[in-house]
Amino acid sequence: MSQNAPFFEIKNLHAAVEGKEILRGVDLAVNKGEVHALMGPNGSGKSTLAYTLMGHPKYEVTAGTVCLNGENVLEWSADERARHGMFLAFQYPVGIPGVTLANFLRTSLKAVSGQEVPALEFRKRVREQMRLLKMDESFATRYVNEGFSGGEKKKAEVLQLALLRPQLAILDETDSGLDIDAIRVVADGVNQVKGPDMGLLLITHYENFLKHITPDFVHVLWRGRIVTSGGRELVDRLLEEGYDPLFAELGLKAEQGAVAAGV
Amino acid sequence: MAKAIQEIGPSDYQYGFHDKEDYVFKSRRGLDRTVVEEISRMKGEPDWMRQFRLKSLAIFERKPLPTWGGDLSEIDFDNIYYYIKPSEKQGKDWDEVPEYIKNTFDKLGIPEAERKFLAGVSAQYESEVVYHSIREDLEKQGVIFLDMDSGLREHPDLVKEYFGTVIPPADNKFSALNSAVWSGGSFIYVPPGVHVEIPLQAYFRINAENMGQFERTLIIADEGSSVHYIEGCTAPIWTTDSLHSAVVELIAKKGAKIRYTTIQNWSRNVYNLVTKRARADEGATVEWIDGNLGSKLTMKYPGVWLMGPGAHAEILSVAFAGEGQHQDAGAKVVHAAPHTTSTITSKSVSKADGRTTYRGLVKVYPGAVGVKSNVRCDALLLDEESRSDTYPYMEIEEEQVSIGHEASVSKLGEEQLFYLMSRGLKESEAALMIVNGFIEPFTKELPLEYSVELNRLIQLEMEGSVG
Repeated sequence: MSQNAPFFEIKNLHAAVEGKEILRGVDLAVNKGEVHALMGPNGSGKSTLAYTLMGHPKYEVTAGTVCLNGENVLEWSADERARHGMFLAFQYPVGIPGVTLANFLRTSLKAVSGQEVPALEFRKRVREQMRLLKMDESFATRYVNEGFSGGEKKKAEVLQLALLRPQLAILDETDSGLDIDAIRVVADGVNQVKGPDMGLLLITHYENFLKHITPDFVHVLWRGRIVTSGGRELVDRLLEEGYDPLFAELGLKAEQGAVAAGV
Repeated sequence: MAKAIQEIGPSDYQYGFHDKEDYVFKSRRGLDRTVVEEISRMKGEPDWMRQFRLKSLAIFERKPLPTWGGDLSEIDFDNIYYYIKPSEKQGKDWDEVPEYIKNTFDKLGIPEAERKFLAGVSAQYESEVVYHSIREDLEKQGVIFLDMDSGLREHPDLVKEYFGTVIPPADNKFSALNSAVWSGGSFIYVPPGVHVEIPLQAYFRINAENMGQFERTLIIADEGSSVHYIEGCTAPIWTTDSLHSAVVELIAKKGAKIRYTTIQNWSRNVYNLVTKRARADEGATVEWIDGNLGSKLTMKYPGVWLMGPGAHAEILSVAFAGEGQHQDAGAKVVHAAPHTTSTITSKSVSKADGRTTYRGLVKVYPGAVGVKSNVRCDALLLDEESRSDTYPYMEIEEEQVSIGHEASVSKLGEEQLFYLMSRGLKESEAALMIVNGFIEPFTKELPLEYSVELNRLIQLEMEGSVG
């Protein structure tokens, strides 16, 4: 565990799903306290990256490493990654019938932190976070994600982020499916949680989100590789022009079937 | 000269069965008229009951074994003791109790005294005190709560009026068997308008007859009354008896309500063949909350015959079949009056090569207009070899009705497992959470202590450390 190694480092990551290679050598490093935005057109592999990092069984790593504090994350099962402080806010959170949100949150917190939080303290924390996220208290007794609207599901993801306090949080299109007000509320929620001890990887399709959460670095993913990185000025440019001019500059074509030149 | 069962009072429990020899009685193996006569004589029953038993025996001998359900071919009827008095049963050695049962007791945190009682080793049980104070409260309300033998002895007319009216001996081979050799079980009568607040529980009756092979229970809720009865308990019942064939009859008169909760967890060598049926009169409600975890084979289809307008039936069942188990369970509802309603919810979980079967009947007679019935059966298969079958029967002979049926079969969702694991839960913990969520509609109807214990039992089943 070298002290000079980045907190979270992805090196030459190749991954396939159902035999088809999606990630073709992703390199990315995140340090504590940094917010990295990952953008890219549909089909570029953003969600694949998110699932692969978190250890979804369907995604097969064919080459590369992912290290957290110098330890190879790829050797761990999904639950071990969570217990080491990784978190993924899902784009499409799945429902768990019969399990209340409160029960689920409590069990997760215990699993990740290794400690049982006293009931009163736990309830207080949950209520407070729900208030900040403008989530009605009744959600605590509803079954996880069952009958939740898209926006409510995303809020529930950020609620978990706030309670579990991970070291490395990956947010997979947490802004999609949200109306303008909800985007602000969720962004505020994320802003509350992030801090000097957390590395944040924001996968986003909608630049709107980045108006509320200021990234330190922006990367553009295209066809399984990061084709360019930059600071906030890159975001502004993409917001104004879209991907095409940038891709043209890089000698890439945004359409399907085009071969990425030299990248 | 053997003492009749009802004379074993608290003083005997206090000092233990030092006069054991006096109470020893065990019928010889196998079943014939003389065994049945002996049983009736031992109990000092009125002649009509003796006749009832003998007639039932004839029916039992005549009827063939059913072949449509689980596999009954290995039951050796000639090798069973059909009647054992409680004092004889106490002679069991703690060492004889199988390891997995002892381990389960440990894990469930069941106190020492309770363990021995549940294992059939001892009749000593601290709840004796609890039982007596509850009995006094009930007596004040005019509620009768006795074991069936005592019920017959102390209230023969009341029993005679209702015994065998909901489930006649000829209903099936095993109701005939029970009718011939029944012993133990509960007799409850609730007077009109009385609401029994606390759930009445079988093991309040502190009598080894509780775990009888051929329990017979009869509950009568008179007009406008209500009662909740809980049968069995969650700890596995160790018994060398391999055949359990109980009969439960419920009568809910006009406007009355009966809820009958069972969590069955017989040891894995037992054939558990039960006939349970209720009659619901006008405006009455009967709820069967039926949990099946144990036994080698269970065949049980709690039924409600809705005889009066506006009556309602609710049947909620959960079955968990692990390695080598077959839970053949379901429900039967007969709508014989207009504007009656019923809801059947069946949740089954199969693990390893366990097999669950839902077998249900919804019958609507002509003239039963305005009937609403809904059936929902969901099966969850945990392993490749797990199996689940559904046989829903609908006999609808009236047009102006609303009948619904939904069924689903699923495996543990990969996405659900991943979602839960991404929150730090190990795969086994994630699977357990999903299973608990699956049976939640059932669990939430149980009194708290039972749902906590049920959750723990499910956990043990999932871990594969039971049996």
